[in-house]
Amino acid sequence: MMAFQSVDTIRILPEIILSAFAILVMVLEPWVAARKSALGWLSLAGVIAAALATLKTAGSPGLAFGGSVSADGFSLFFVDLFLAIAALCLLGSIHYLERDRVHHGEYYALILLATVGACFMAASTDLIMIFIGLEISSISTYILAGFKRQELASNEASLKYFLLGSFATAFFLYGVALVYGLTGTTNLLRLREQAGGSPGAALAALALILMFVGLAFKVSSAPFQVWTPDVYQGAPAPVTAFLSTAPKAAAFAVLLRIFAGSLAGSGPVSFWVLWISAVLTMTVGNLAAIWQSNVKRLLAYSSIAHAGYVLVGITAGGAEGVSSVLFYLAGYALMNVGAFILVAHLAGRGERRVDVADYTALAAARPSAAALLTVFLVSLAGFPGTVGFFAKFYVFRAAVHAHLIGLVTIALLNSVVSVYYYLKIVVAMYMGEGETGVSAAAMPNALRAAVVLSVAGIFYLGLYPAPLLAALARIPKPGL
Amino acid sequence: MIPLSHVLALSMILFILGIAGFIIRRNVVTVFMCIELMLNAVNLALIGFARYQPSLDGQLFVFFVIVVAAAEAAVGLAIIVALYRNRGSLSIDEVDSMKL
Repeated sequence: MMAFQSVDTIRILPEIILSAFAILVMVLEPWVAARKSALGWLSLAGVIAAALATLKTAGSPGLAFGGSVSADGFSLFFVDLFLAIAALCLLGSIHYLERDRVHHGEYYALILLATVGACFMAASTDLIMIFIGLEISSISTYILAGFKRQELASNEASLKYFLLGSFATAFFLYGVALVYGLTGTTNLLRLREQAGGSPGAALAALALILMFVGLAFKVSSAPFQVWTPDVYQGAPAPVTAFLSTAPKAAAFAVLLRIFAGSLAGSGPVSFWVLWISAVLTMTVGNLAAIWQSNVKRLLAYSSIAHAGYVLVGITAGGAEGVSSVLFYLAGYALMNVGAFILVAHLAGRGERRVDVADYTALAAARPSAAALLTVFLVSLAGFPGTVGFFAKFYVFRAAVHAHLIGLVTIALLNSVVSVYYYLKIVVAMYMGEGETGVSAAAMPNALRAAVVLSVAGIFYLGLYPAPLLAALARIPKPGL
Repeated sequence: MIPLSHVLALSMILFILGIAGFIIRRNVVTVFMCIELMLNAVNLALIGFARYQPSLDGQLFVFFVIVVAAAEAAVGLAIIVALYRNRGSLSIDEVDSMKL
């Protein structure tokens, strides 16, 4: 048995701080009945404290708790990404909750706990620990999706997310059980050492496929994406902003650790599973998005398509593929969170204004809101000058270097299709005639700060991608 | 001693029954019970494997799974209650207010 060391706690310090703040928010909740937004700011302080703690963690990298958690460049990148997502979502939520009269302190605590779960998913090097992280983040987000409990759509989103999420978890867990049975360990590092051995090939392939199915649900890759549109549409929009980025990126981190790392030797099975799933995911997401008239639903399908592009990077593999995936996830988080919290604001009380038709002539009535939304949409479409362009460019370049010409061709065709539905909204905003349907309320300062920060990030990474990319290239990749 | 293949076969059967029930059943609570069945099939496989491994890790994992399943049940039933209050039905076919 490994003795407990104090350095272990430093290596999970961000998670500890987030959990402590989550508990603090819950404890304080009854005493601040009048001003719930104070809890939102307290949670934000917690996120910032955790971000500072990552600096301390970065100072003493290594394994913790008997090799079940790893504080390395890879996990710290994801922890920082989740903290950024959580901060943007918190800023976008405070006024939203007040406006829609669902202002309860538990919301903030759940966002923090979901972030903790996502952090543990990315940092764990043991399949059981990954499972615990997955469940911490999933159970919190099941509740968040149903946070408007008086509303039927929110109930349904929550139920669907819960049923299909736990269904997927069972698959993942069965895969873990098979891996344990075949190798006697669930530790990814020990698995990598054993990869030279030859366990029962059929069972190993089954274990791999089961784990992939479980994670494919979480990243909403086709054909396991059916829950995504309903959940993203029914959940409160700031929650959707969180759902579509943090747990998804965490599941991608696990996919990278398992598929690019420990079980990389599994060869053609995992390659073709990834290849097919990438093609299906991109195509299904983009083709379905074309027909959507609800903006939230459209963005949900767009997020499915983006999961497909990320899978292209994972299929490419290698150091370049992994770096490009990390870059993509960072850029995707900025544009998707920004788009959803802006849509949440424009939808007005009760989120009634979410049709593309409601955005008609928005530019004339609210030029700044229209301009900001346009930035998010063109970045999602991958226009040069925005982060969306370089994100796609690096992923496709990695795939070309891996000689996946067919896959890149399909991905490029998909990007062209996607331009249509993003620009559909932009065209409605700038060229549509008539009255705009969306809320005329002024943008609250917290939301404005979050949106402006995301836009700044989109342009910064879109014009100067080199520093982040160089930093990502230096990160030691799992299994490489 | 019961051979491992028997334990695994039973676990697989339970898991597949769970999947089938999840797909076929129309009552939300029954669907939820099918998920629990799948998780318990996993538990059975873990215990079976643990008997043939030098370490007892597998038995330990079962406790983790049980705890997580309990937490999931608490949240899941709360979600089902919230849905029932708003809709007055537990049929999964009626959970369709959002268009395709």
